[in-house]
Amino acid sequence: MSAFGKFSIQTAYKRVHGLGSAGAGTEHFWRQRVTAVALIPLTLVFVVVVILATGKDYDAARRLLGNPFVALSMLLFVGAGISHMRIGMQVIIEDYVHEDVPKIALLLLNTFFSIACGLACAYAILKLSFGG
Amino acid sequence: MADSQVRTQRPLSPHIQIFRPYLTMMMSITHRITGGALYVGTLLLVVWLLAAATGRSGYEHVQWFMGSIIGRLILLGYTWALIHHLIGGVRHLVWDVGLGFGPEARENMARLNIIGSVVLTILIWIVAYAVR
Repeated sequence: MSAFGKFSIQTAYKRVHGLGSAGAGTEHFWRQRVTAVALIPLTLVFVVVVILATGKDYDAARRLLGNPFVALSMLLFVGAGISHMRIGMQVIIEDYVHEDVPKIALLLLNTFFSIACGLACAYAILKLSFGG
Repeated sequence: MADSQVRTQRPLSPHIQIFRPYLTMMMSITHRITGGALYVGTLLLVVWLLAAATGRSGYEHVQWFMGSIIGRLILLGYTWALIHHLIGGVRHLVWDVGLGFGPEARENMARLNIIGSVVLTILIWIVAYAVR
């Protein structure tokens, strides 16, 4: 109950808005669902790409990964996947690490690792696509 | 607050080690573990794509490792974790729209998740070996 007790005309939503565990709302919850839905078809495409690449030599693998449709699918897969895994790991850290300093350190590491992995994948895909 | 005394005397919620293991609980734990494994497994994708973008000898080294017994075991584990987490994610999306909470539905979805992940993993590997 707020300072006005049960006589407040504030709605329940207004009282809790922005007061989630991270001081934010449900952005992460929703983004995790959006990326999950996107990852259903993208993961299937990713599996097909990997299957097609197995056993191929270097030139054939480069041609495959440099194909615009393959490259775009892989970029979408990496983007959605990295965002999804970063939020997922953040939840795990917040569930098990309760001391401020290790928690903040791990959350930072999670962010750095995710962005580094995402950029590395995107850079490699683009380089393969543009024939560098 | 009048009820603060009552609130402090409430029993604490038992944690997982108190409960007898049951299927949906194990599935929840497995979903988190596979998610964490896929997080680390992203490094495989980074290494593979960067190797392809870097050059022939690097790519051939990576291909050699992925084709070794250890590499294949890691990729097999990655495939299963990916498919299990994917189906588990669909299960969560079904719950998100308010379906599948009944005692039979949730058990059946859990069983379907286990069986589906194993069957699809085997199928993916059969196809991968067939097309190479």
